[in-house]
Amino acid sequence: MSAIEPVKRRDPQLPVSPGMALRVAILGGIAVALFSVIFFRLWYLQVLSGEKYVQQADANRARDLPIPAPRGAILDREGKAIVASTTTNAVQIVPSALPPAGAPRMALYEKLGRLLGMSAARIEAIVVRGRSAVPYAPVTIKTDAGTGVLTVLGERANEYPGVIQKPVSIRSYPFGEMAGHVLGYVGSVSSEQLKRTAFRGVTQGTIVGQEGLEYYYDRYLRGTAGVDRVEVNASGYPVPSKLEPTLPKPGRSLRVTLDQGLQREAEKALAEGKEHAQASGKPAVAGAFVAMEPRSGQILAAGSSPGFDPNRFAKPLSPSEYKSLQGGSGGVAPLADRAVNGTYPTGSTFKPITALAALEAGVVSPGEGLGAGSCITVGAASQRFCNAGMADFGAVGLVEALKVSSDTYFFEVGARANSRGPLIQEMARKLGIGRHNGIDLPSEFPGIVPDAAWRQRQNKAEEACERRRHVRSCGIVAEIKPWTIGENMNLAVGQGDLLTDPLQMAVAYSSLANAFNGGGEGNVPTPHLGMEIDEANGGLVQSLEFPAQRRVHLNPTDLSLVMEGIHQAASQAGGTSAAVWQGWDQAAHPVYGKTGTAQHVGKADQAWYMCYIGDPKRPIVIAVTVEQGGFGAETAAPIARLMASKWFGAKLKFVAGSSRTF
Amino acid sequence: MPLSPITATNEPPPRPPGRRLALPLDPGLTLAVIGLGICSVLTLGQATRKLVPGNPHYYVDRQIIYLSVGVVAMLVLSRLDYGVLKRMKNGIYVVLLLSILAVRVLGHANAVRGSQRAIEFPLFSFQASELGKVLLIVALAALVVERARHLRDRDTTARIVIAALIPAMFVIAQPDLGSGLVYMAIACMMLFIAGTSWKHLAALAALVAVSGAFVLAAAPAAGIHVVKQYQVERLTAFLHPSSNPQKRGYQQEESKIAIGSGQKTGRGLNSDQTSNGFVPESHTDFIFAAVGERWGFLGAGVVLLLYGLLMSRALRILVMAKDLYGSLVAAGVTAMLMFQVFVNMGMTIGIMPITGVTLPLMSYGGSSVVTTLLAVGLLQSIYVRARASAALKGRVARF
Repeated sequence: MSAIEPVKRRDPQLPVSPGMALRVAILGGIAVALFSVIFFRLWYLQVLSGEKYVQQADANRARDLPIPAPRGAILDREGKAIVASTTTNAVQIVPSALPPAGAPRMALYEKLGRLLGMSAARIEAIVVRGRSAVPYAPVTIKTDAGTGVLTVLGERANEYPGVIQKPVSIRSYPFGEMAGHVLGYVGSVSSEQLKRTAFRGVTQGTIVGQEGLEYYYDRYLRGTAGVDRVEVNASGYPVPSKLEPTLPKPGRSLRVTLDQGLQREAEKALAEGKEHAQASGKPAVAGAFVAMEPRSGQILAAGSSPGFDPNRFAKPLSPSEYKSLQGGSGGVAPLADRAVNGTYPTGSTFKPITALAALEAGVVSPGEGLGAGSCITVGAASQRFCNAGMADFGAVGLVEALKVSSDTYFFEVGARANSRGPLIQEMARKLGIGRHNGIDLPSEFPGIVPDAAWRQRQNKAEEACERRRHVRSCGIVAEIKPWTIGENMNLAVGQGDLLTDPLQMAVAYSSLANAFNGGGEGNVPTPHLGMEIDEANGGLVQSLEFPAQRRVHLNPTDLSLVMEGIHQAASQAGGTSAAVWQGWDQAAHPVYGKTGTAQHVGKADQAWYMCYIGDPKRPIVIAVTVEQGGFGAETAAPIARLMASKWFGAKLKFVAGSSRTF
Repeated sequence: MPLSPITATNEPPPRPPGRRLALPLDPGLTLAVIGLGICSVLTLGQATRKLVPGNPHYYVDRQIIYLSVGVVAMLVLSRLDYGVLKRMKNGIYVVLLLSILAVRVLGHANAVRGSQRAIEFPLFSFQASELGKVLLIVALAALVVERARHLRDRDTTARIVIAALIPAMFVIAQPDLGSGLVYMAIACMMLFIAGTSWKHLAALAALVAVSGAFVLAAAPAAGIHVVKQYQVERLTAFLHPSSNPQKRGYQQEESKIAIGSGQKTGRGLNSDQTSNGFVPESHTDFIFAAVGERWGFLGAGVVLLLYGLLMSRALRILVMAKDLYGSLVAAGVTAMLMFQVFVNMGMTIGIMPITGVTLPLMSYGGSSVVTTLLAVGLLQSIYVRARASAALKGRVARF
């Protein structure tokens, strides 16, 4: 091949010795083995398990963010909206787009806080809470930042990294405090609520009803949240994508039995009544009213004072704000619904029930004169029970006793009835007092109608508690003693341990009115507010039915005597509320009304007024009470008259009565 | 000037009549390099398009520059007689140590990863531990050749292991565990190829196993942390993968999802696991995840084949080298490539711990790309010299 002889190299090493060849072969074998391992692993991952990983990758990149459904409206009985959902621009924070944690982020919070009037710590707390509630979703910081703030944020977006504006639907109560207690309010679903079946299908962060009708009818009002499938990167920041969202289904609207005009007038009248009482030196701190259609139990108006504006709950409420609503100054507790959850003795408004029970049991006869003198003395302890202002009505019959509200008469009835067992109590319970009446609101206080059995239960509970806790008194009862005749006498005039509220009294008077009009047979209506559920666009979904709780059979003769008594009280000279109804067309709309003045130890008296006003088409039962408002005729009855005037289209006039009876 | 056979070794080799060097480079090696470079650019184009807002080509442009610089370096090196490097071994070894120490002194601390591996220059950052791989190969090979006659001595084995261990310890302290392990792999491979006795190799393997167990399990249990806690966690996380991003093992799990979801032919433009950052470092250490997701089993297979070609050529060049020094340099380069390819790929498919080694030529990064191409340049140089030598000897070398 070549003329050149192969050269003997100076370097004696052979490049490839047999040993090296072996080792290289081993190396090659190892490399082939490793290649095979990787090849088959890839085969396993990509070809055999590919499907599974595609699913995991999709789950990785797409986040389901709930799109809140607009809540359904609440309409009054005419179909006009009293609660709506409006759209407002909320200031939100996208956590993943924030500056790094620590000083830069706190600086942003400080800056944003100055703009929104919030502390940096508060913003941070909201972000942390929101982030844990719905990961990857923007966190709402403030829903009602004014246009000025929004403009600043819009123009200087680069100075506020991670801060965005987004239109959100918030609950709006255009009439502010009106019917606030009945309507309730909304708030983010709590973790406890999420565990309950009532909130099945609700995702964390959803706004749900927390009180009142908003809570009770939440499943209709809340609608179904939509799902926004957002493609995100590893930090959870949304990236542009074309994933189809599922649109939310708006909530249905709820039509309620409230009459807006009456509700508004009643609230005005209650305020006027309180002012009137305050002008004469009474504290008149709080009050409540209920107006009911007696036959159906539809609540035409219901309110409690002091009130609150549910709009305050539509935006995040600070803990101190919430505290002040719960407690209020002087324990007035604006959030408490006194109409449904009040715990009051009723004073003389209870007397028709006592009278009816006594007549039906034959404890008294209608013509029998009782209660002569200003006081009566009972029992071994010689307890004295007296009329208000030591008045002496003489020995009067039943009708007259109701008309003038003679306490001595009813003390005697109570004393007589005691030996015959819990007559009065049974009548009261039959008519709806001291029990749940099934109103469509989240809470209803059952109340107490005291009797010997109740007293015994209380005593036993106290004893058991003292034994268990080794204390001298648990405070369940002040002193362990048997049921006494005095307690029955107090109950007969709506005092003592009786605890009820305007709603129960309205049910009782409605039952009386129904039986009165039905010849002794009548329904105990189920008080309710819901009327129908409508589609968001107005179509009817479902009428809400509230059948009567039960029927009562009352002796028609006895009942008409009782009704005559309270009609005279409201219409004839000398009647406790006759002065209040001066000029009222009793022929067209006969008033059956009873004043009440409940006494409290160490506090001013509580004014009460209960009435039923007859009308072939639109009868009404009105219950009014004003805490520490003085006599019923002075403070409560005029409010009832204003409400009745509104209802029947009469001239509105505040007429204070002068009767100073309990 | 008439050629004299006696001086043939010092003069350019005479051309055998009728035979010319058809190619100045090994064709297989060159093809593999070009193929991998193209794969790297294509994959980076997909995986990094959202990484720098407003500049989707940021990484691609730079990688192309790195590859070009690297190819030029490779061509220059392939023209160079690698034999000169043998004589410069002490100097090279000193440069290796100094450059690694310079990083310690001049390097900027990377605040995010808490490590210090590079020196920032105006246009690039210099990662000494990467270049150190090539420096170590040429220096260590020279050392082995020097001791060629005493290869079976325990002393030789110890010297070589220590010569590699010193720079390895420095880079592990940076901390760059991956490069440190590459250094050790290079040393072991050279001993293995050079013909160190099996007993020494077995003892070495036992030593590695014992020290590994000590560092990872025994010492932390006794409260001594030889390597950082996160490194221990990273090394052991692949044994218990996790879907919790806060935990070690998450990255690997996401990488497996990315590769698996590529299925047979890849997800194409839907490759959001890597491009949307679910797999961190999907342009550097985890680029194989991006390949697997974007191009599927097909793409991953092609890349695997290209590495197969690269390594088979490296082994071939090892065998055909004209001298022991060439063989050992080729062995070192083979060790470096093999170790990095298998450890890196194994890491992305969940069968190897996360050690932070790059995928040669694929991973984004100037130091890594240029270093790998320098190493390939060495192989080319060995190839060219081997062919020339064979031609000189009149042998028809089988390539």
